[in-house]
Parts: sequence; structure tokens; C-alpha cells
Amino acid sequence: MSTIDKVAGGVGNFADDTVGASKVVNGFARKIFPDHWSFMLGEITLYSFVILLFTGTFLTFFYEPSAAETTYVGNYAPLAGQHVSEAYASSLRLSFDVRGGLIMRQVHHWAALVFVAATIVHMARVFFTGAFRKPREINWVIGAILAILAVFEGFTGYSLPDDLLSGTGIRIAQAIILAVPVVGSYISFFLFGGEFPGQDFIPRFFTIHILLLPAIMLALIVVHLMLVVVHKHTQYPGPGRTEDNVVGFPLFPVYMAKAGGFFFIVFGVIALIAGLVSINPIWAYGAYDPSPVTAGSQPDWYMGWLDGAVRLMPGWFEFNLLGFTFSMNIFIPTTVVILFTMGVLCLYPWIEQAATGDRREHHLLDRPRNQPTRTGLGVMALTFYVLLWISGGNDIIAHMMGLSINDITRFLRVAVFVLPALAFVITKRICLGLQRKDREKALHGRETGRIVRLPHGEFIEVHAPLTEVERWTLVQHDSFRPMEIEDRLDAGNPSSLYGKVQRRLSKFYFEDRVEPVTPAELAASHHDHHGEVEGGHHDAVDAGNNPAIGTSQTLHG
Amino acid sequence: MTRTLTALSARRRHPLAVVVLIALALLLVGGLYAAVAPRDAQASTSAASADDIEAGKKLFLANCATCHGLNAQGGNVVEGKVAGPSLIGVGAASVDFQVGTGRMPLAQSAAQAPEVSKIRFSQEQIDQMGAYIASLAPGPAVPTDEELDVSGVSDEQLARGASIFRTNCAMCHNFAGKGGALTAGKYAPDLTDTSAKHIYEAMVTGPQSMPVFNNNTISPEDKTAIIAWLTQQEKRPDPGGLTVGSIGPVSEGIVAWIAGIGILIGCSVWLGMKSS
Repeated sequence: MSTIDKVAGGVGNFADDTVGASKVVNGFARKIFPDHWSFMLGEITLYSFVILLFTGTFLTFFYEPSAAETTYVGNYAPLAGQHVSEAYASSLRLSFDVRGGLIMRQVHHWAALVFVAATIVHMARVFFTGAFRKPREINWVIGAILAILAVFEGFTGYSLPDDLLSGTGIRIAQAIILAVPVVGSYISFFLFGGEFPGQDFIPRFFTIHILLLPAIMLALIVVHLMLVVVHKHTQYPGPGRTEDNVVGFPLFPVYMAKAGGFFFIVFGVIALIAGLVSINPIWAYGAYDPSPVTAGSQPDWYMGWLDGAVRLMPGWFEFNLLGFTFSMNIFIPTTVVILFTMGVLCLYPWIEQAATGDRREHHLLDRPRNQPTRTGLGVMALTFYVLLWISGGNDIIAHMMGLSINDITRFLRVAVFVLPALAFVITKRICLGLQRKDREKALHGRETGRIVRLPHGEFIEVHAPLTEVERWTLVQHDSFRPMEIEDRLDAGNPSSLYGKVQRRLSKFYFEDRVEPVTPAELAASHHDHHGEVEGGHHDAVDAGNNPAIGTSQTLHG
Repeated sequence: MTRTLTALSARRRHPLAVVVLIALALLLVGGLYAAVAPRDAQASTSAASADDIEAGKKLFLANCATCHGLNAQGGNVVEGKVAGPSLIGVGAASVDFQVGTGRMPLAQSAAQAPEVSKIRFSQEQIDQMGAYIASLAPGPAVPTDEELDVSGVSDEQLARGASIFRTNCAMCHNFAGKGGALTAGKYAPDLTDTSAKHIYEAMVTGPQSMPVFNNNTISPEDKTAIIAWLTQQEKRPDPGGLTVGSIGPVSEGIVAWIAGIGILIGCSVWLGMKSS
């Protein structure tokens, strides 16, 4: 035994004796994770959060959270002798005079943009594959809260350098707070310690940005990941994959290597962008001063949808009542939209549960086409979201494309209602079409493109039957029917209000559907094809023994 | 009573005193005005020769009078719109800006006159038209070489120019002078390739939607400082790398989604490919 082995053994024994390390290490090392690229989207989020913690810590060493006035004496000539805040001066010093400061700031900001973007993409994956279903509803809610916290975390960070753009952003945030009926002005005075802007908001936003929100987010991320371990990871349907197992590779060594490598890929890509592309050039924006505003004042992209909503809202939603001003033109597109979105997002797992009346646990994911209504709703929400983004950049679009900003706004005011509805219908139809194609493939096999002329002169295209493995994925899924046709055990009492709502929902979700292939249909199709297809193809599958088809049948509640 | 009147009469002014006083006051006010008034008001007619004015008038009649009227008094009202505004008093600076940037003669009526790269007149012809317009009534003159000379601008003056730009110009032209949208298809143009002379002329004449920044609003020294900041790109470096248009967070968001998330999803697919 070499010295190294001895030392390693000693350390291992000590860890095992004192904290029972072997159980933990053993349990985690053998933890199985399924393999799919879309399961790595959440990892992008996690890794960019880690990068944010690293770079953010570095930035706090040099940043001065103070609104005290100072004279800029640094190297950047166009700001020479300007009266600026300590926060702004220290951000410039950090950028120009601290070695590696600018790249750290840019990595931090780019990582923030990628972090929130990856959050949205990860949420979309979870939504479209139905990974939020029982028992993961709570983890979905935690994820949704993390997403909105990420947005606020990003916004408070964007506000700290105290440059012209961030000050404009805070002014708008203050307007949003002021527009909250009755209590708005009190909250604003409380948050800013008096009139806007005052001296207090920079140190307060700093504490919120580096302590409060990151601590809450870190805690929620830990719970989020622990629940992934507790619930075990979901997996895509396939042969051998059931609701009771996880097919994949162990954490050690496969995923340690993959995840570790992926962390460096994420870090590398963000560092590459940060090294090449400028972000938030605070020196160009100049110091914050409440009087000027620059053209193209936009928030970072994750706030863009709210900015877009405000830009679409007609001004006449403001009215006076009992001596108070109710700025519904600001309140509705901001606070109400956030609360509504968060409400629907958090409640969605239960909304769908009501529609399906399905209280079973689900560890196998849905293929999005097999849930046409859910997929349609998701695309509808994303269309709405993207249209609000476009509205948030309406001035940039108008300027770049030589259009009238008024025309863009008028168009979007209509489009924001019409296009999402259209997107819902189109997506649902595409899903149903894909399901029909799946049925066709399962029943008649794959088109080979080979045309055969039969003795009596008829031309047919030869279809090659699928292998069992290929067919499994196409036929394994459960199909829900509206409760009017087929009441489920879990459904509520039809005469109660909940029962009625549930039945309406069920009808909305499952009225249009394509049933998966049943073993009987498959057997029948083989019988039909017997004469058409060359012999020897059809015997590959015996419908009666097909476990996939057997499963799909037993799942019909 | 009598004594009072006598005292008054003793101090009575000569009948002509009022006239003399008024004359003096007028002289004082006029003199003060002449000394203090913006230089524009007395500008630009002197240098031009009668020949230039005559040549300018011919060019005006041939190229501009259709819309602006035969005497530059403005065009007729057609369907509620004036064909072209009166040019009396707009000065040589307006002519030099509008014709020198290709905005005039206007190719077609639109939300606003676009900058055109092909200039239809030589600088000499533009100067002649300017001389003619300036001969009609005083107006802003073409800036002198000293006013456009940015070599003497110190860093502090440059910073002051940048600050004035942010306060007065950035709301339309954006923080980096990249331009921005206005209402109904109008826009504040990109200033990055605009010459110092045209920037100066735009400030003193206020073309299209732009307000006039005369010498009382922004002094000639500050105008020179603004121009120094705008035109000397080397004095305002962008150490952060590619600026992606300097239009703010919209382009940054696009980069984050397309380059950032795009590459990372590509990497995930690559990493996930092996087993499936």
C-alpha cells in the first residue's frame, strides 16, 4: 500500500466514522439519472447561478453601495470632472481600474441574462412534457417562484451601478409601485426612504441583491434539487421504462463527468460572450440624473414583457375617485399581469388535474403531441409573452425597420389577443395531426418510398413495419376522454360546482383527441395487410404479446 | 401753494428733454441689443456677393420654388397641407444642412425627409442658394471654422459636452448618438457619420422635428464640445468589446438568447447524443 492509498483510506475512514459518509456517498454515487439533452436545461440554470455567485462576490469587493456625491477622477475622458454617485464611480473604477474587473462585470451580467433565459427554457421543457404532474406539483411551484425571484434579482442588480439607464429603470419600478391603488405611495416612501430617488435605495437594493434574494433563491434551489432526488428524475417513455423505474446512468462516474464538464462548457460560453460582446456600457450611459432619458431606454430582456405590456396599454385607464388617482394604465399591465401570470403558473398542475381527474403519480413524461390542449396552451402563453417582448422593443423595431411606432402599437394591441388564440388552435391541430401520423405509422409501418406494381396492375407503396422498440413509443401513452363519455374514479361529484367546472374543463381538454392504437386495431391492420405487403414482414410483432400495447390498454382507466 | 408752483417751475425740464431722453434710451437699448443679441441675428448677408445671391436665386427658382414659392414665401396650401414652408429667415445654415445632407430637394413626401447619400449640388451652388436665402432676411449662418474646431476642447469640456448631449439630445438620438424612433414614422437620425458642420447647423436651425438650440440655450463653446464628443470616437472608447449597435438592452437580450442559450442548448444536445 502506497502512502497515498494509506492517507486516502485514513481520510475515508475518518469521514465514514464521524459523519457516516459512506452511506451518503454510496447513495448518491449510485443514483441513476436518465439521459436526454432536455434534462440539461435546468443544469444551465444552476451553473449560471453558481457563476453569478462567484463573479458577484468578486464585484462586491470593489463596489461602493452609496449614493453620496463625488467627482469622477478616473481614466474615462468623457466623464472627467463630472459629479457622480459613489456607486457609479466605484462601478467605473471596477470596470476600468481593477484588473479583470470589466470582464468580471460582463461575465456577471451575461450570466444573469443566460440564467433567466435558461430558467424560462427549463420551465418550458417541464411544462410541455408534463413533468409538473403529481408528485412534482410543489417542485413546479418552487420553480415558478424561483423564476420570478430571478427576475427581481436581475432587476435589483441592473439598478446598482446608478448609471442613466438603471436610474430610469428604477424610476419606472417606482411608478409601478406608486400605481398600486391606495397603498402604492406608502410602499414607495417606505422602500425609497422618502421621495424618489433619495439616498437610501442604493444600499437597500444592494442588500436585497446580494443577501436577501440570493439567500432565498439558494435555499429554494437546494429544496428544488432535493425534491428531484426524492421524487427521482422523470424519463421519456420508451421500452423498459416504467412508472416504477429510472433507466439511465449512475451519478458516479457518468454524470459527475458529464455535469462537471457541462459546468465548464456553460462557464466557457458565458465567458466567451462576455469577452467579446459589451454589456451595459455604464460609461456610455453616463451617471444617473432624473432629468435626462436616453432613446431606447429598455430594461434587460426578462423585464421586457412588462415594459411591453405598459407600452400597449391605452392611457385612458386612469381615473380619479374620492380624491385618489387610480393609475390602472400602469397597475394592470404590471402588478396585475405579474400576479395573474404567477397565479396561473403556480395553479396550473391543479387546473390540469381537475380536467383529467387523474391523481396518479407520473414519472414517465408526455410527448408534447400526446397532450394537444396543454401544448396548445403553452404555445399560446409563449406567443403572448413574445408579443409583449416585441412591444417592449417597439421603438427599436420602428427605428431599425423604418416603421411607424404608432402602427406597431396599434397592430400589437390587436395581435396580443388574436395571435395567441390562433397559436393555440394551430398548435393543437399540429399535435393532433402528429398523433394521427403516429397512429398511421404504428398500424401500417413506415413509408419506404418503394412502389410495387401488383400482378393485376395496381400500384402500392410498400410500408416497412416498425420494430417493437420503435412502436412502443408511439402506442404507450394514456388517452383521456371527456368525463361526459368516461367518468374517472377521481372525478368530483357531477352535481357539485367543482364537478361541473371539472367536466367543462375535461371537455375543453379532451374533446378533440386521437386515440392511441389498441392491440385489436393492430391485429386487424396486420390481417388487412397480409395480402398487400410482402410476406415475412408482419410476423415481427405479435400484438397479443406486445407489452407496450398491453400497458396502454391497462392504462385506460 | 404759490411757492410750491414756483419751486416746481424752477425745476421744470426743457420741453425737448423728453425727446432727448427717449432718443438716449433708444440708443442705449439698441446699443445694448446690438452688443448682447445672438450673433445669428446679424449674420450672413455680408460675405455674399451680389453675384452669388443672383446665382443662388436662379438655382432656387429652378429647384426649390415649386414647393417653397417663387419668393421663398412658402408654397400654396394643397388639400390642407403646405407644399413647402416659407424660407424667409431660415438662414444659410438651413440651406447648407438641408441640401448638403441630401434631404432637399425632397424626393417624395413622407413622415420626414430622409438623409440621402447622393448630393445633387456642389458646395458652391449650395453656398449660393444659402446666400440668396440669407439675403431675404437674417437667419443662422453657416458655422465658422473656429466654431467647428474641436482640437482645443479639453477633457472637462468634452465631458460637459457629453453631459449636455445626454440631457438635451439623448432622449431622441440615444446615449451614443445612434438615433431613435419618434412618433408616426418620424425618427431622430443616427449621428455617428454626420459631419461636424451639419451637427452644428442642425442645432442652430432645428430641422424637421428637432428643436432649435440657439446660442442662448447652448453656447457656441458647448456646441463645439458636443461635436467633439460626438465626432471623436477615439476619445470615448468602448472597452467592453462589440457594442452590438449601442442600442441598449434589446440587442443584449437577442445575443443572450441566440448566442448564449442557442450555443448552450447545442452543447446539451451534443452531450445528450451519445446514449440515445
